[in-house]
Amino acid sequence: MKLQFSEQEEGFRQEVRAFVRERLPEDVRRKVERGLRLERHDYVAWYAKLYERGWITPSWPVEHGGPGWTPVERYIFDEETLLGNAPRIIASGINMLGPVLIAFGSEEQKRRHLPPIRRSEVWWAQGFSEPGAGSDLASMRTSAVREGDDFVVNGHKIWTSYAHFCDWLFCLVRTGSGKPQESISFLLIDLKTPGITVRPIRGIDGGDDLNEVYLDNVRVPAENLIGEVNKGWTYAKYLLGHERTGIAGVGASKQQLARLKRIAATVRDGGRPLIESPGWRERIAALEVELLALEYMGLRMLSGAQIAAAPGVDASLLKIRGTELRQAIYELLLEAAGPAAVPFVEEALFLERADEAPVEPELAALAANFLDSRKLSIYGGANEIQRNLAARALLGL
Amino acid sequence: MDFSLSDEQLQLRDAVQRFCEHEYPAASRGVPDAPARMDERWRLMADMGLLGLPFSAGHGGSELSAVDVMIVMEGLGRALACEPYCSTVVLAGGLVAAAGTPAQADALLPAVVRGERRLAIALDEPGARYDPLPLAAKAMRDGDGYRLDGRKTLVFDGDAADTLIVAARTSGAPGDRDGVTLFLVDATARGVDLHAYPTLDGRRAADFRFTDVRVPADRVLGEAGGGLALVEAALDRGIAALCAEAVGALDALLELTVDYVKVRKQFGVALASFQALQHRLVDMLIACEQARAMAGVAAMAVDGGDAAERARLVSAAKVQVGNAARLVTREAIQMHGAMGMTDECKVGHYAKRLLVIGQSFGDVRHHLRRFGQEALA
Repeated sequence: MKLQFSEQEEGFRQEVRAFVRERLPEDVRRKVERGLRLERHDYVAWYAKLYERGWITPSWPVEHGGPGWTPVERYIFDEETLLGNAPRIIASGINMLGPVLIAFGSEEQKRRHLPPIRRSEVWWAQGFSEPGAGSDLASMRTSAVREGDDFVVNGHKIWTSYAHFCDWLFCLVRTGSGKPQESISFLLIDLKTPGITVRPIRGIDGGDDLNEVYLDNVRVPAENLIGEVNKGWTYAKYLLGHERTGIAGVGASKQQLARLKRIAATVRDGGRPLIESPGWRERIAALEVELLALEYMGLRMLSGAQIAAAPGVDASLLKIRGTELRQAIYELLLEAAGPAAVPFVEEALFLERADEAPVEPELAALAANFLDSRKLSIYGGANEIQRNLAARALLGL
Repeated sequence: MDFSLSDEQLQLRDAVQRFCEHEYPAASRGVPDAPARMDERWRLMADMGLLGLPFSAGHGGSELSAVDVMIVMEGLGRALACEPYCSTVVLAGGLVAAAGTPAQADALLPAVVRGERRLAIALDEPGARYDPLPLAAKAMRDGDGYRLDGRKTLVFDGDAADTLIVAARTSGAPGDRDGVTLFLVDATARGVDLHAYPTLDGRRAADFRFTDVRVPADRVLGEAGGGLALVEAALDRGIAALCAEAVGALDALLELTVDYVKVRKQFGVALASFQALQHRLVDMLIACEQARAMAGVAAMAVDGGDAAERARLVSAAKVQVGNAARLVTREAIQMHGAMGMTDECKVGHYAKRLLVIGQSFGDVRHHLRRFGQEALA
């Protein structure tokens, strides 16, 4: 057992840190640091730098443009970019569709779609959830019927994050009437196709990241089917299980904990900064210990240690604990804001108009960020579903 | 960054597990043993080489690391073993190995390794809670030696110890970092007064009164006046070992509870079929896994060189293990229902051992403050 990262890994850490410091556009950095709204051009500005450096697709194989990092290097990359207040790689094309295309797509599909994803020219939305199919995803009903060279798609997708940014949709559709998991197919749909309506859903934080997509007799060329008809569930499961390195969100927690300490050093209570009060110190320290425990549990799993009591549940445990910890940090951030959490001037959530905030600029977005953080335990398999999965393994059910 | 065990460490783990399964059958865990039985086990542990694990080959030891100590402690924790391993080998033995003169080490360690001599550390004083610093016990120069006066409390395994390591002030005032000196004191020396009592977990501790105890100068352990840093390092080694013991106990509690909810039926179905319990069992599992990771971190930090980093990580581990113990014991008792409230059920015995570990050598709040001094400086 060894607690230190290797010299090579530390060198890599310095390399990433320096890259973020030198290449991350200052306005984007400030938006992330203050939790302000990010738009597609903000992400693209950063992703373009990563693309130039060959770092935009950490989880892709080298032959498709991945950097060939070890799991630990990917871990360090996540952590350092987030600590430097760079935007996360949220693009579903990079995180989700790319690995599926690489594993199951045709040569033509790879040739056509992978390069524009890497260059951030084409943005992809994930069309999985439906109004009647959330945690129970397999009960989805959007249908695709083969007519000549096309599939005709009808249905309603919802919670399609960032669809208002996006150009294309990868979509689960029902193509048969058998067992739910055996009658789902995986289709690529150009969002400009006639019959598609993208409607933003105003979020609890006032943001418009959430969307719903209506598909009304949308004709999709059959060449846009991934793999085989009725095998879509397999591809979807591969997609959901693919990206696990960052599932604990340790980098994101560190980023927000650093923000909490910054804010606690400036916000005063009774004339003294919060960070000097024993009660606040204890609460911040408690979160920091939790974060260490999460981080080392993750690193222990990363180094191959098995959970003897319940093999194969690593990702569920990391997701549960990681999201709950992030939420706890946001709760403490909110408390640090005190009455400054009450005003809500939406325009001031954009950097260009940040001076319209009636409170300290660092505090303006805290309430919105806190509310937004509630999604963490809902998306990516609600924490209740993760607990079901882990319990099944633990109890041998 | 690597959490994997070497082949030798895996062998050690298996050997400890076999020893524990044989020596501490599940049904008798928590049942007090006759002293003769405990002595016999102590000899067996010596024969296996466990008592010499961290010591030099010259003293009959095998020069292994804190990670190896962790492996042993985890096994002992799972078996609810009650021998004074931490007191003798890790805490006091570790101090002698770290600070003793060659003559002191030669006089004590080979006997410890053979199981012929037991040691304990006498640090805490009444009313000091978890702070080693107030330290009112005094040792005055007297000819070519010292005269020791003072009181010590909660000396774990104190009544079984042949030799005590006593911290006393040779200069300065209570609260000063300088002026703390460690002494090797024979438990039978004139003026040593012992009052032993049982602890919550069925083990033993003792209070000591030292009245005009003469200690020769060659029984000073480490540099006179410079004992505090030694004490802090020793406590961190001990805490890391106790964290590992706790992880073993946590594993056992989770296992007992999982087995119980699968077997126990109500309303015609196993308790395990209720989602209200399933989700809480997963939280117990997460607590156990986080505690395990942090116990490993503490062991590695103890082996590392940097004192501030060691303090930060060992305190973090003690906090995490303490919180995990709270959650897992609470839930294990609850899910065992009324059975969990009985002395017959093993759950309570593990719960009490975890409670003692949690309240000893600094509780969660103490270590949160200590962690915060490093992390929020």
